[in-house]
Amino acid sequence: MISARRLVAVMRKEVRQLRRDRISLGMIIGIPIGQMLLFGYAINTDVRHLNAAVADQAGTHLARQFIAELEQTQIVDIRLEVATPKQLEDLLRVGRISVGIYLPPDFDRRAIDPQRPAAHLLVDGADPTILGVANQLTNMPFGFDSSASSPRTRSLEVRPYYNPERRTAVNIVPGLIGIILTFTMMLFTAVAIVREREQGNLELLINTPVSSLELMVGKIVPYVVIGLLQLGLIVTVGWLLFKVPIRGSIADLYIASFFFIAANLALGLFISSVARTQFQAMQITIFILLPSILLSGFMFPFEGMPAFAQYLGEILPTTHFIRLTRGIMLRDAALFEMRGELLALSVFTVIAMSAAVKRFTRRLD
Amino acid sequence: MSADQEFAIRARNLTKAFGSLVAVDHLNLDVPKSRIYGFLGPNGSGKSTTIRMLCGLLTPTEGTATVLGIDVPGDVDELKPRIGYMTQKFSLYTDLTTRENLEFIADIYTLSRAVRKQRIEELLEQYDLGAQQRQFAGTMSGGQKQRLALACAVLHKPELLLLDEPTSAVDPSSRRDFWAKLFRLADAGTTILVSTHYMDEAERCHRLAILDKGVKVADGTPGDLQANTGMTIVEVLASSPYSAQGLLSRLPEVASVTQLGVRLRVLVPESVRQPLDLIQAALHAGDISAETNIVAASLEDVFVAVTQKNTLQEHTT
Repeated sequence: MISARRLVAVMRKEVRQLRRDRISLGMIIGIPIGQMLLFGYAINTDVRHLNAAVADQAGTHLARQFIAELEQTQIVDIRLEVATPKQLEDLLRVGRISVGIYLPPDFDRRAIDPQRPAAHLLVDGADPTILGVANQLTNMPFGFDSSASSPRTRSLEVRPYYNPERRTAVNIVPGLIGIILTFTMMLFTAVAIVREREQGNLELLINTPVSSLELMVGKIVPYVVIGLLQLGLIVTVGWLLFKVPIRGSIADLYIASFFFIAANLALGLFISSVARTQFQAMQITIFILLPSILLSGFMFPFEGMPAFAQYLGEILPTTHFIRLTRGIMLRDAALFEMRGELLALSVFTVIAMSAAVKRFTRRLD
Repeated sequence: MSADQEFAIRARNLTKAFGSLVAVDHLNLDVPKSRIYGFLGPNGSGKSTTIRMLCGLLTPTEGTATVLGIDVPGDVDELKPRIGYMTQKFSLYTDLTTRENLEFIADIYTLSRAVRKQRIEELLEQYDLGAQQRQFAGTMSGGQKQRLALACAVLHKPELLLLDEPTSAVDPSSRRDFWAKLFRLADAGTTILVSTHYMDEAERCHRLAILDKGVKVADGTPGDLQANTGMTIVEVLASSPYSAQGLLSRLPEVASVTQLGVRLRVLVPESVRQPLDLIQAALHAGDISAETNIVAASLEDVFVAVTQKNTLQEHTT
């Protein structure tokens, strides 16, 4: 039987301890804000202003006009002018430029010949993102040959939904909610229980009438509240700094987060039943956090991953939660339409929690 | 009076093995109510394991125990509100104050608000912690921590108190003080099981059991144990105690020789007829002059005598 008195006693103790732990308290606010600023400003898949150099062996008026137009795209910043394509290769190799532009001596003649490309782009293709961006340059219309060739009619036209300005933050922030909650919730619960064991408090507690369920629930409830506060903080900062919209219902977002927080706390409890020391608990947390960042669809489109990585990703609660937050915040999806993700989170929670409670009671022998 | 009413703890053939290591080996135990019962033994002798089995934390490999009329292992949830437990290591929260720790423990035992308030005031007074009530437990001295731990263990007025080496981290005056509190609790009807490796503490117990490598090698009142060592204790005051010790310990009749400052305590089995003559002769042969006296056995002599026997038996089997 769960006693309300004992449950409240455990919660009150936990809050008192947390209140005195200045650093952990600071992390509750510091982690979300720090990560938001870092990810929101630093991660940008819409790359511009690549360092470039030009080797103009034509030297004609048309060539200069072409270079000026390239610069106007803002995709490249021309930093250097060199004489030969060999020099462009050298600059690429030492990393001073990402893009080299080579205009051959017969540039003017090539420009009016639809069979041959007028110029060459030498691209540091090791980074696929840069390669992709440089590819955009090949679609650049030539202002000077409008009379020479008819404008190519495109078979497909892209109409970007939900994020027409192509701002990375719009996609990153809803995902970041998942990453931040994964990290703080999992770590706080894992460490909270392991600390009691490490400092010997558990040996005393298991001789009192407090049950393992009371102890676990009492310890995690304060963190559920903290998780929901963090959610509010991230959404607010996302709106204020990055104009990330919440097109769906805020209530839906909170309900989805509640399911997700429960899954992470259950996972944290399970970690605490495996780890012997706080250091081990932290290591296991990082071990789970990394795939949560890389395989959840937070950084890379989920569909693009190999099949086995997708299976791994499906196991992680973060994957399902990021689908939920992006759906609710960006696409105005109703929670009911995405109930499959909620179900996945619930199944995960039940399995992790059962394993944790089972292991916890067994550990005394 | 039935056995259950007379004894707080009865154990029969209680055994705990961790793999091939037998930590507690067929232990029989009868702990009378309202008494202080001591477990004396070196580290690793099975004291903590026994206490943990008795409060249901460990499942015995073999044997049974009845604690306060409840079978162990069995419904230990019923037992927990009736026992108090003090761990070897300080196990309260160092980042909570004295009062907060007491409040937490009171809530865990679901004491009513009124009782909680009254008990906490009472204990702060009795255990001399009034001045520390707002101090973090982690910043207190060893003696203060120990008083707090005991206060928490007795907060809910348990019938049985299990103390696992409670005084290992405190100074002698705090220990004396601590024992005065234990006697007061026993007088009020609490049964106390305390483990220790200090002889002077063991001497204070009403009864005690001596454990060695998981086996109970002796039990009884300290007086009985001292009277029935089966050994004659000879105190030797020699001019050169070190060489005398070497010499005497080589004698086949001598069970053990311990040096205490300039004195030697020599244990000779009672079967040896003239122990003083034997020792004098040996020392004389070694050209050592010495004064020899037969003295009463101390608890340490008892301990040496019984653990010696255990080792001897091991050698013969």
